[in-house]
Amino acid sequence: MGEHLDARGAAAWIRHAAELVTADAGRLTRLDAAIGDGDHGHNLDRGFTAAVAALPDEAELAGTRPGKVLIAAGRAIVSKTGGASGPLYGTALRRAGKAFGDASEADAAAVGEALKAALDGIQELGQANEGDKTMIDALAPAAAAYRDALASGAGLAACARAAADAAEAGADATVPMQARKGRASYLGPRSTGHLDPGAASTALVLRALADVTGRE
Amino acid sequence: MVGLVIISHSRALAEGVAEVARAMGVGKIVVEPAGGALDGGLGTSIDAAEDAVRRADGGDGVLLLADIGSSVLTAKMLIEDAEGEQLLLADAPLVEGAVAAASMAAAGADLPAVHAAAESAREHRKT
Repeated sequence: MGEHLDARGAAAWIRHAAELVTADAGRLTRLDAAIGDGDHGHNLDRGFTAAVAALPDEAELAGTRPGKVLIAAGRAIVSKTGGASGPLYGTALRRAGKAFGDASEADAAAVGEALKAALDGIQELGQANEGDKTMIDALAPAAAAYRDALASGAGLAACARAAADAAEAGADATVPMQARKGRASYLGPRSTGHLDPGAASTALVLRALADVTGRE
Repeated sequence: MVGLVIISHSRALAEGVAEVARAMGVGKIVVEPAGGALDGGLGTSIDAAEDAVRRADGGDGVLLLADIGSSVLTAKMLIEDAEGEQLLLADAPLVEGAVAAASMAAAGADLPAVHAAAESAREHRKT
């Protein structure tokens, strides 16, 4: 894919994220059943499927911008997901899309900015911080790892891989945490010992970005 | 007159709270429920909430009341998208906030006053 994300690349990211979410929907729902309301995989699968359906077709992709692709995907996710993950993922994608502005392609630095914008948007909306056992615990370390990789001279694919690795480690680190946001927070200490489903799905979406940017 | 929108995971809950709030608004104010997912099951729908805001808006603004989790996030997204239109979310318990807001709205108060009335409901202790 090279060192830039164009509209076709952004669409490929959404499509691959949807594939990974669909493939893992059962696991996400089981994780959510342990400490949440048991619908995360199902909801997100529906949301990302709607996002894929909202993608411009191949001919249209040639004439559009990656920012517009992400904003359209975000809008579809907000309207079709049905749980808290709809507004959260929708905001993340819309903020990332807005960060790209009208550029016809995003370079490695721009994708890093977009990740940071997505993180800021989710924090603003959900008022969660790192350590609260939420998707922030995957996204914040991912954005930081991306930034560090970029600073050390890595290109888009390597930065995205660093972000995905950090997101997976961040998701795993939610297991011992006590939830302070969302339905799981009502459980108090009983929320410990479980992987946060939002952090798990965030890791999938970032893995999708790494996979897509790593394709030759 | 300020309108109210009740955003809940449950259609029955949203309709029930709206029914109580309308009674407190002595038939003068518009209270629109936006409850449940689009398929009628439990969940939230930003599209349904958006429609409810449109129906509740008589030109003097709309106050949103939300139950929990995604209802709150949905309300916040609506406000972000409204960009300066008169739309506020009350940080208030759903039933008490709706009753307080409806009472104040029916008295002809403006949106900031209705919003403040809803939030004051947090202070009404039961024991």
